Order: sequence, then structure tokens, then C-alpha cells
Amino acid sequence: MSVPFPASAPSAEIPVVRLEGITKRFPGVVANRDVTLSVRAGEVHAVVGENGSGKSTLMKILYGMQRPDEGTISVRGEQVRFSNPGDAIAAGIGMVHQHFMLADNLTVLENVVLGAEPKRGLRLDTAAARTRIVDLGERYGLDVDPDSLVEELGVGDRQRVEILKVLYRGARVLILDEPTAVLVPHEVDELFASLAGLRAEGVSVIFISHKLDEVLRVADAVTVLRQGATVRTVDPREVTARELAELMVGSELPTPETRESTVTSVVELAVEHLVVRSTDGRVVVDDVSFEVHRGEVLGVAGVAGNGQAELVEALLGLRPSTGTVRLGGADLSDATTRQRREAGIGYIPEDRHRQGLLLSASLWENRVLGHQGRAAFRRGPWIDRKAARKDTERIVQEYGVRTPGIGVPAFALSGGNQQKLIVGREMSGDPSLLVASHPTRGVDVGAQAALWDHLRHARRSGLAVLLVSADLEELIGLSDRLVVMLRGRLVAEVDPSDTTPESLGSAMTGASA
Amino acid sequence: MSLLSPERAEPAPVPPPSRATPRFDLRRLGLALAAPLLAVVVALAVAAIALLVSGSNPATVYARMLSEGTTLRSLLITVNNAVPLYLSGLAVALGFRMGLFNIGVEGQYQLAALLAAAAGAAVVLPGPLHLVFVVLVAMVVGALWAGVAAVLKTARGVSEVISTIMLNVIAGGIAAYLLSTYLQERVVGSNNSRTPRLEESARFPNLDPVLRSFGVEPPQGTRLGGFLLVAIVVGFLYWLLVSRSRFGFDLRATGLSPSASVASGVDAKRMTIVTMLMSGAIAGLVGMPQLVGSSYAYGLDFTSGLGFTGIGVALLGRGSPVGVAIGALLFAFLERSSATLQRIDVPTEIYVIMQGSIVLSVVVAYEAVRRLGVAQAERSVRRAVDPEVAG
Repeated sequence: MSVPFPASAPSAEIPVVRLEGITKRFPGVVANRDVTLSVRAGEVHAVVGENGSGKSTLMKILYGMQRPDEGTISVRGEQVRFSNPGDAIAAGIGMVHQHFMLADNLTVLENVVLGAEPKRGLRLDTAAARTRIVDLGERYGLDVDPDSLVEELGVGDRQRVEILKVLYRGARVLILDEPTAVLVPHEVDELFASLAGLRAEGVSVIFISHKLDEVLRVADAVTVLRQGATVRTVDPREVTARELAELMVGSELPTPETRESTVTSVVELAVEHLVVRSTDGRVVVDDVSFEVHRGEVLGVAGVAGNGQAELVEALLGLRPSTGTVRLGGADLSDATTRQRREAGIGYIPEDRHRQGLLLSASLWENRVLGHQGRAAFRRGPWIDRKAARKDTERIVQEYGVRTPGIGVPAFALSGGNQQKLIVGREMSGDPSLLVASHPTRGVDVGAQAALWDHLRHARRSGLAVLLVSADLEELIGLSDRLVVMLRGRLVAEVDPSDTTPESLGSAMTGASA
Repeated sequence: MSLLSPERAEPAPVPPPSRATPRFDLRRLGLALAAPLLAVVVALAVAAIALLVSGSNPATVYARMLSEGTTLRSLLITVNNAVPLYLSGLAVALGFRMGLFNIGVEGQYQLAALLAAAAGAAVVLPGPLHLVFVVLVAMVVGALWAGVAAVLKTARGVSEVISTIMLNVIAGGIAAYLLSTYLQERVVGSNNSRTPRLEESARFPNLDPVLRSFGVEPPQGTRLGGFLLVAIVVGFLYWLLVSRSRFGFDLRATGLSPSASVASGVDAKRMTIVTMLMSGAIAGLVGMPQLVGSSYAYGLDFTSGLGFTGIGVALLGRGSPVGVAIGALLFAFLERSSATLQRIDVPTEIYVIMQGSIVLSVVVAYEAVRRLGVAQAERSVRRAVDPEVAG
């Protein structure tokens, strides 16, 4: 506890915000299932959970961006219905998004009043606006010069402007979506000091995070979500980071299958001293070396944002990197993405909509994606549409993709079926290495089990697999070997037959590594 | 795990996949036609309001446009005018298909026509070779000029929208300078400055003999330009390239999702450069129907504005070669048929209003129809895989 908090004084018994029995379904997934959340006045209430546990959907519902299929929202005891964020703002609920929505070439003052300008006649009443902003800043400890240009501000200041913007519109409940993700440590301290100011003034803060140490530092109550459902609401003074991690990942262990090892002695992928820098020059993958053998699944565990995504993209040649990457003896360090894919790397991307599919194109065209140059579909300079159609029908059959035909656009399929199509496609290219990033994220149970079977099957036939996942059961159940990634480094190697999601979870947060 | 829906335990057996059912395709066709039709209807309505406000009877005006626009003479002029619009539309559409906005067709074709005219007048070559030479010069100049924007985009990240607009202005300046200095041929008794006329060997024959063989006698002073054939060939090649080739697949994939195409191994920079060069090469052809078909020289009076109209044509045609053809014919028809309105004291600018409202409403209409299509496709999939959910 580096920031001292005054004892909070929740005034009333009635919660400021109460979500009850919220259920939200998307085609193929249940994002929220009977979720209950209750926030008191002047409380910092953390909502934690892994990626895909339904935090963002829940907040979108509270902020009026999405409507729940079932369940009720009450504000100060009164049941409300939000059909858009405007309704939520009118009810005193404001949201600060992870990605700031500020106009760089306007001043702080202009940004804050934008869309809610105080007017005198037809003119903007700058004086009144300035008085209010300065006043708000003093009251809540959010110190920003109203006249500086936003483009000149640092990230921490920008975030304060976002918070001011929301308070200016009269919010009494603030939703902060992963507010610390973009901050450096001392900015985090400043943010937490501001939160203390807000709390002292009776403003409630809903704090979305998956950084457990921060949650424990700042929250008055913590609600844990797992796979779309509320697990429990706990008092942070009574739990440890380790216990929270357990609640997040669930203590169910998959029954360790008795399976024969298929790992061979042939090294398929050898990575040495791989370094990846982000566009602003930060080192995001820090001198990583590892090997994956034929018939082996190497699992990479880690809290999101510790360099796994960058590692995967660097292996695919989607990000510049230094170091060497060898696939089956061939040096691919300087190869283009297409050369790498044609050399035998299959790729199941983390975000199938962004990297895996052409959503408005037909299934058979999606079958060709990433395999444009492969002999199977190549007839001189033309695409062999007949072969592509035929092979798509095969994938639809073998992988159980539920669709009326292969001419339908990919967006029409449910998430699980889209994923089956992608997995089917990547397995069909006769890959020697499969890079699978969160292969079953957002996929329903039936499809998940089927996808796992396909991965196991491929491994048995000699495929090397690099598996990145946030689902610890999946990592432990599928991997032959596990490495833990933290702040861009591989910090630990774990034997999956000898670990539990809990101990793996704490290794990931650096709690015990 | 256990928290997820148990009620959908056993997926129904997957029906043997078939090609998309014909009914689905028919619907898609209907949807594809609905948008442009809707846009044209809206545009006619908007123009009707403008006509009412200016004191004319829309019914009379439209009836006159229809009767004047469908005379043989008007139809021939419409087709002739549609040819450069079609080429311009294709040049823009090629970029559209990969998410590139080539607003610079105007400058590309002006510069290309000028330099092709000058080069063509400067050399002596036998028959068809001379013609081919002129057209090739135009394509190369158009491609290079567009290539400037491509290099700026790939090397420095300059938006091609901005650079091509600015290159239009620069091209106009260069053309005016060259035309008033090195490339000018003094014409006695005229204020027009123009390049020397092309020899007979560089002129494209017209299609009047073909018309006559069908028993159609073109009216006095009207011809059917031969470049129509080139436009048809270019349209076919465009289709072949975009819809059938591997390059076209990469191009469309980039247009649909840049991130997914890069992940699939498409080299985004190379695609940008190649596409921009091809778009510029087609743009270079835009001035050719006039240069090798009727004026045989580039002068101050050379038709301008085709590059900008081409953007509207491409929007209307949605990047499909047939759609662009329909768009070009429609625009040319509206222009031609409204040209006769002056005689009944209706301003011909009504054509500009129609053109503008078509472009505006087509964007809206396509979006509306797209959403309809999305909903329909989702319903059809649900019905097929989950009969009890379909409502």
C-alpha cells in the first residue's frame, strides 16, 4: 500500500449501481452468464478476470453500448434501461476507455467540454468552463492545465483529461477499463492518488484489470469473473494475489490424460536470441531462445501483454526482429511472411477477425487465404477455384464446420465454426510447425474439445506446435513442455504433468517465479 | 468449463455441404442490383425537387430526356462518351478493390495524353505500330505519375488521397507549361495551343463500317469510336485479373482486411506499388479515345474532368467491371440527354445535380443493402445449422 487512503465512508445501504442476473449471448458464445455486481458509493470496485472472461461485455452493458439478453441494471435503487451511452451518462455513469478518445490539436479545456459546451448566446462560455474544470481538478486531485494542448501531454495527463471529461458530465460512477495498461509505475501511483480523491468525494470507481497486485492495492472490493460468470466478490484485505489468481483461473484440473509422448529428437523450430522492439523502441521480446521438436507441443504461459503476441508475430515475420529463426534447418531469420508460411508454418492467430479471416468473403476464398501460392490452388497465375472449393468442402466435413454451404460469407458463421475453418485450413497446408495463439478463445465447449483433438492428432503425426494461450487448463492439458513469459523474457520452464493452474498462475504474475 | 451452456450438448449432424443454394445466390444478385437502382431513383427524386423549385415540370423534362436521349445520334454519343468514363472508372475501381484511393486519375490522364500526343507526333512509324506506340506511351506516363504517389506512400507513409490530389495540380501545371513552350505547334488563326496532329498511322479506325454491316447508318457527323473495343478488352482483363488471378486474390484480400492479408503473406508495400502502377496505366488510357479517335492532338480544349467523374462511376459500379460499365453508360446518357434541355429553357446543370445525388445516394444505398445482406446471410446460416433457433 504505497498510497494512503482515508477510510472510505459509504453513505447509504443502497448500492449506486447494481447489475443483477446479467446474461448476454453472442452467436456461439455466452459472454455473460447470470452476472451480479453491486457497487457502493465511494467505493473502488475492481472487476478482474482473464481475457475473454466477460469483463468488457459487462462494462459495455453497464455503459449502454450493448443490451443484456436477461437481467436488470439498477442505479441508486431504481431500475433503468440504457439504450445508448447517452442514457448511461445521464444516469451518472461514465467510462474511460483503454484507448483515449481525445482530439490532439485541441486544448484540455476544449476536449473536456467537447459535446457538452457551456454556451453564452452562441459563443462558448470559456470562463465558466474553465472555472468548472479548475474546480473539479481541485476537488478530485486531478491537476491539469486547462489551456495546454493535448498533443503536448503525457499519457498520465491524458488519462486525467479523460477522467475530467467524464466528471464534467456529472458522472458519479466511473468505469476505468484497464487504466494502468498504458502507464509507467509512477503514473500508476498518481492515478491511484486521484482515485483516492474521487473516493473521498463519494464517487464510485469500477476498475477493470487483470493485474492482481494493483487490484489488491487500490480496491475496496473485488469481483472475479470466469468464463462469463461471477465467481465471487471478495474483500481484498482477506485474499492474497495467489488466491485471486486461483479464483480467476478456476481450480478445476483437467484429468491428466495418460498419453504416450510423441516428442521426437528432431528439432523443428530453433529460435535464438530473438529480440523484438515495439514501434516506439521498447524491447517487448527480450533475448528469447527456445526449441520445439517434431511431435512436441511447447506451451507459452503468461499474462497478456508480456510479449507473447509479439513473439508470435515475429515468428511469422509480421514484426521486425533480430536473432535467428530456423525451421527444420532452414534459416528463416530474414524471410518474408509468405516465405515463412510456404516453408511450412501454419498460423492460428489470436484475433481471427483481424488476422485470420476475410469476413465478407466466402468460406472457400478464406480457405485460399494464406495459401495463395501453394501448389494445391495454383494454376499458373490463376487461382484454381475448383480445387479450392473442393478442399473447403473437405474441411467443412472433417472439421464439422456447421454451415449451409461454402459460398456463405465467413462472418455469418459462429465463432467456433470460424475457428474450426481456420484450424482446418492451417492443418491442410501440410505444415511442419503450427503457431497457435489462443486457438480456442471465444469458442463454445463442443468446438473446443474438437479443436483440442485436432491439435493432439496433428502432434501425433509429427507436427511441432507452439501454443500460446491464456487458458491454463488448455496449456497444461495439451503441452509437452511449458515456458512462462514475463516482461518479454522466458522466466521459467514448467513440467505440465507436475503443475496446477494455480501454481502456473502465480508463476505468470511473477508472484513466485 | 462447466459454466458454459450445457443445453446445446450434441450438435446436430452436419448436413452434407453443398454449393451455396441457388436461392441464396439469387438473393445476392437481387441485393447487388437493389443498391444502384435505389440510388438512381433517389437521384431522380432529388433532381425532380430541384426542377420543381426552378419552375419546370419534372415529368416533361424527364420525358424529353428520354426521347432525346434515345435517338440514334444520342445513343452513339452516349457510347462514345462512356468509353473514357469507363476507363477512368476502372482505374479508380482497381485501387478501390484494395482500399487505395487513386484520386489522381485526372492528372495522370492529362499528362499521359499530352506526352503521348507529343511523342506520337515526333516519331514516324508504320501503321498499327505507331498507334500502339502512342497508347503505350500514355500508359507508361500514367503509371509513372501514379507511381510517384505509390512511392510516397510506401517509403514515407504519405496518404495517397492527399498526394494524388496534389499531383493533379502539379500535372496540370506541367502540362500547361509544356504546352505553351516545347510541345506547342502554332495554329494560324486560332487561340488554341495544341501539339502537332498525329499522322494517319496513329489514328484508331472508327466502327462505322461495323454499324453499316448491321444495317445502321450513323447520322451525319456522328461516328462510333473504335476505342470502344479497347475498353471492352480492358474490362475483360480487369475482371480476369481481379476475380481470377492470384494477384487479384491478394488485391481483394488487402481491400477486405489489410491485417488478414498481411498475415497471409501478402507484401503490402509491393501490392500498393503494383496496384498504383496498374491503376495509373489504365488512367493513361482515359485520354486515348479522344486523342487517337477524334482530336488527334492534345490542346487547351482537351476534355477535362473525366478523372473526377470516374470516381463517381467507380462508386456506382462497386468495382465490378460490368457495374462500372453500367455506371459509365448511365452518366454519359444523363449528360447527353440533359444537353438537349437548353432548348426548352431548362438549365443543363440539372445533370450535375443528378450525378451528384447518384454518387451520394449510392454510398448510402450500398451501406443499407450491405446490412440487409449481412442479416440475411446470418439468418440463412442459423436456419441451416440450428433449426430450432430460426424465427
